[in-house]
Amino acid sequence: MTLLHLSAVTRTVQLIDAPPLTILSGVDLVVDAGDRVSIVGRSGSGKTTLLNLLGLLDNPTSGTMLFEDRSVQSLTSGARDRLRGREVGFIFQQFNLLPGRTALENVMTPLLYADGRQFWQRARIATEMLERVGLGDRLGSLPDRLSGGEQQRVAIARSLVRGPRLILADEPTGALDLETGETVMDLIDEVATESGAALVTITHDPAIAARAARHFRLDHGVLQITKAVPA
Amino acid sequence: MTHVISTLVGSIIEAWQELRIHKTRVMLSLIGVAVAVCAITTVVGLGAVAQQATLEQSERSGGRAASLYLSASMNDGSTPAGMPEIWRTALERYQIDYASRVVNTSQTVQFADGAVPVQTIGVDPPYGTMHRITLAEGTWFSDDDPARLAPAVVINAVFWDRLGRPDLRTYPTIPVVGEHTTTAVVTGVYPSLSWETEPAMYMLADALTAITPVVTDPNLQFGPPSYELWVPVDVSEQLVSALQRDVQGALGSGGSVQVNRQDYAAYQDGDPYLSLKLTVGAIAGLVLLLGALGLVNIALVTLKQRIREIGIRRSFGATASRVFFAVLMESVVATVVAGVVGVIAAVLIVKSPLVENFISQGQVTDFPPFPVEAAILGLVCATVVGALAGLIPALVAVRVKVIDAIRY
Repeated sequence: MTLLHLSAVTRTVQLIDAPPLTILSGVDLVVDAGDRVSIVGRSGSGKTTLLNLLGLLDNPTSGTMLFEDRSVQSLTSGARDRLRGREVGFIFQQFNLLPGRTALENVMTPLLYADGRQFWQRARIATEMLERVGLGDRLGSLPDRLSGGEQQRVAIARSLVRGPRLILADEPTGALDLETGETVMDLIDEVATESGAALVTITHDPAIAARAARHFRLDHGVLQITKAVPA
Repeated sequence: MTHVISTLVGSIIEAWQELRIHKTRVMLSLIGVAVAVCAITTVVGLGAVAQQATLEQSERSGGRAASLYLSASMNDGSTPAGMPEIWRTALERYQIDYASRVVNTSQTVQFADGAVPVQTIGVDPPYGTMHRITLAEGTWFSDDDPARLAPAVVINAVFWDRLGRPDLRTYPTIPVVGEHTTTAVVTGVYPSLSWETEPAMYMLADALTAITPVVTDPNLQFGPPSYELWVPVDVSEQLVSALQRDVQGALGSGGSVQVNRQDYAAYQDGDPYLSLKLTVGAIAGLVLLLGALGLVNIALVTLKQRIREIGIRRSFGATASRVFFAVLMESVVATVVAGVVGVIAAVLIVKSPLVENFISQGQVTDFPPFPVEAAILGLVCATVVGALAGLIPALVAVRVKVIDAIRY
């Protein structure tokens, strides 16, 4: 089932006293449920802009973008926010854990924007998620008391706690040493596989990119496939 | 509905977490608000005490609302002979419990250092309640006092000092010099006002007229008694007309009667303390404004440090309206807490005996309870200030660009 479909997507920004700057040009991308996609590119190649679009944080200037066959461009800002909260999980390079909150409170944070069972049982759901990433004994620990690997595991638990169908990992191992990075990527793969979520990884690291089934390169705003799914 | 409840609860939880984590910052920023709320509530609360003091002072001199004054005389200036019976009949007919004759005279009292004329007011026992007379020592006239062989007197503190402050339990007596010297017993002492320097005393009207016959010559200083009644305000106008009619009818064409209302409230339209309240409110409003400006200032500065956090929350699905509401709620929750602290502090200040005595200056017998409206006003002000102070940071927060904020 197609989760995300970008077709001829461009993104330009208006500059003062200068012609519009094209950041993404003619991007075509299809992400299916359970897919593994990696996107590599140099700094300034448009990775962040693409991440904004995939994470429903921005709208394309032209082209079409469908999320589960629904046009994202036609959604209101609030509807897009709610869809993002429900269906998209972010894993950041710098973990971005909320300071001063325990691991459990960090993982509970996305559930504050849910409703129904997810909202009212957020403590139990978050606890189970932390246990799932091996941090059941660190529920009450503050981020500055956790190692880099543990912090990223908390971040992973937080991104997956609402059961998203799309996980966007932005340089997920960029702040970790090689060995810890491998462990964290194993965990992301494992949890994503368990939940059936698609994983789109944006990275500089060829080794991390190589773990995906399909590889893309973003160069000057143009997305090119470099490795397709084996037939 | 479920969504609305979870959004509301979620926003409050977020706000509370934020306050808990940044408690030092929050406490510092809220000191100004708490002080301002405390000030506004204290001022309103003290205003109520001061108002009560002024009210009671007015009631002591002019009687409580509504006090009616009745004076009657014959056309030749003499005292109507049947006035006692007319008076008694009127009180019974209209079932008036609080009424008193008032006879102003001067009696010569023999002190150790000589005989001194003392201003003496002859009254009936209800006069004490009608004029809020509080005693420093002893008791006001009771219903048994008319039966005393030696008339009871209630003297002022100056008088008492001049007697050497005798213990009232020893039944101190004073000689009232006249055609026949009379021995009176001091049963009570009332405080003197700051400007009172001369002895004065109250005596029951019957006892007073017994030792000093009423002077009927209108050219003399002390004349016939006037009559005073304390009646419900809502029937006071009808009673003025009725008494005027009844007494005039009883006196006939040979006499005249005047009944009018003379208490403080009879001369004022609307709230007599409105100007005081407005002045106090304006000062308190300025104090609150300063507190709010401090709060906005600190909120804006700290918001810069929270841009990343807001971006993270947005990435997890927080809508712009949710972020707006959460930031606003932080301010509101914080100021409400500060408001509660401020109101509690204000209650402690206003109800402390030291402050009560200072404000009342000994003029209040019925201390008003802490005004609920002052507490509500304080909390409402705190909430409004929180909402206004949170508005600007909340507007800034929703303009945060998510990915830029995350990478901030």
